Amino acid sequence: MSTLLEVRNISLSFKGVKAISDLSFAVRRGEICALIGPNGAGKSSLLNILNGVYRADAGELVFDAERLHRPHPLTAARLGIGRTFQNNALFKNMSVLDNLLTGLSRFQRSFFIEQALGLPRARREARVFAERAEQVLEFLELQPWRDVAVGSLAYGLQKRVELGRALIAQPTLLLLDEPMAGMNAEEKQEMSRFIADINRDLGATVILIEHDIKVVMDLCAHVVVLDYGRKVGDGTPAEVQANPDVIAAYLGTVHG
Amino acid sequence: MTTTTARLTASFDDAPLTLVRRRWPLGLALLLLVAFVALPLLGDDYWLNAILIPFLVLSLAGLGLNLLTGYTGQTSVGAAGFMAVGAFATYGLLLRVPGIPLPLALVGGGLIAAFLGMLFGIPSARIKGFYLMVTTLAAQFFIEWVFAKFPWFYNYASSGTISAPRLELFGYSLASPVGRYLLTLSCVVLLTWVAVNLVRSQTGRNWMAIRDMDTAAAVIGIPVDRYKRLAFAVSSFYLGIAGALWAFAYLGTASAGSFDINRSFQILFIIIIGGMGSIAGNFVGAAFISLMPIFLNHAGQWLFGGNVDAGQLQNLQKILFGTLIIVFLIKEPEGLVRLVGNLRDRLRTWPLRF
Repeated sequence: MSTLLEVRNISLSFKGVKAISDLSFAVRRGEICALIGPNGAGKSSLLNILNGVYRADAGELVFDAERLHRPHPLTAARLGIGRTFQNNALFKNMSVLDNLLTGLSRFQRSFFIEQALGLPRARREARVFAERAEQVLEFLELQPWRDVAVGSLAYGLQKRVELGRALIAQPTLLLLDEPMAGMNAEEKQEMSRFIADINRDLGATVILIEHDIKVVMDLCAHVVVLDYGRKVGDGTPAEVQANPDVIAAYLGTVHG
Repeated sequence: MTTTTARLTASFDDAPLTLVRRRWPLGLALLLLVAFVALPLLGDDYWLNAILIPFLVLSLAGLGLNLLTGYTGQTSVGAAGFMAVGAFATYGLLLRVPGIPLPLALVGGGLIAAFLGMLFGIPSARIKGFYLMVTTLAAQFFIEWVFAKFPWFYNYASSGTISAPRLELFGYSLASPVGRYLLTLSCVVLLTWVAVNLVRSQTGRNWMAIRDMDTAAAVIGIPVDRYKRLAFAVSSFYLGIAGALWAFAYLGTASAGSFDINRSFQILFIIIIGGMGSIAGNFVGAAFISLMPIFLNHAGQWLFGGNVDAGQLQNLQKILFGTLIIVFLIKEPEGLVRLVGNLRDRLRTWPLRF
């Protein structure tokens, strides 16, 4: 399998506090890669660098065999990097359907004036968008909440809508920041199934942050472990579990 | 049997807030028929001049501001400034471009306002909320000053005012109250249709996404800065046309002072009272704000029989408006249009509400 994303010697600090130092790893095309590590290890910061929300102080990113110059959220989205957030970042006053449709903005070709006057190209585009949104609604089993304002949905459902909004854009790389946080076992299982389906059926490469080790072991073929902004483990779940540095990061080192 | 149906309806009504409104093509057709045919036939000059025309123009201005503030979340207190641009630009075009038809002059005035709106929208890429509001305040005062200071804009008239040029279309004069009413109504209907198209399109969704959370909007691939500027431009286009209509279809003679900060606030109140992020809300809000003074006037006359002077009644109005704005901001941020919606939902199940 070829490499989709390569992170080379990335460093990031906030006002002198190192969040990530000299981090390198590679993600192969089509895999589900988990980022794990204790709180404050720099996992979310790393995702923010990957889609251009933060700018790394040093190092470079290679995505799809091309170096990313001056990454920006907008260019990342256009390259096909989708993203969900740890605390849902949905458009609260809009319906589930409209939230999904916003995810299609990168495919928008008709000009606003065509939309304003309801010209044929804009109408055709709207129809295609609507069809695709219905497919995603069906795939994520969200139809019952189609026209409901997202702000009034339960937390677990909101997570699913956010996944749908990233998914509808047909991302090459999907960055999921704790997609299962705050869910019960049943909801976690459901979410895992969706992620596995997206990876298998739609061929999206996934990088996800997750704290539930059982979920990670079941879902991912590749695990990268961070601690204090440094990589302490990188390999298959089994390798990582046996790695003494990883055990130390989670359980603390035995002093004495 | 009936009870079962009612029960079912009621249980559906307990479902979470649904954002889809059913469309009423018949009701809409009837409304247009009344507006275009019945009102010009039945309404007298007072009704057309003093109530319907200002109501329609204020609705249009509210619509323009609502696209920017209610849909895109960029608060502006410079609405009247862009109305002034539209009015003075339309006047200039009619005056200086020989033989330009009225609709073209109106659109031209709107486009000039849109361009200026876009310019004043550029800072929205960097500043947000309260600070952005201050830049729109600056726009308001700057524009007002320009149109008072440079006589070229009002064609060196000694009064400093611009007055309605030839209001005609294809040789028909639109100077009568009915003509001016129909001109205003046509503009409002057309632009409302465009606005409905826009807010239901990807453009509208991008605007609302920016309103609800602009960082997330950027991450999913919406060019946030460009859509903010577009919102400023489209909003100012609407306001510009509303300004031209305010000057020529309603006032007849206008000056920079006709578009002062109080007008901006009036339009802001229309969308707060009517409903932010709602098309119908602008009409409800404008009706409220233009009918309330008349109602208060009559109520005052009837209650106090001329014992209270007009100035006091004006103050009373301001107190009432202020109170209402506070009540709306606290109790119903979605405005009158939401209240009407709630009432309708309640009536649908009345008296069998479970």
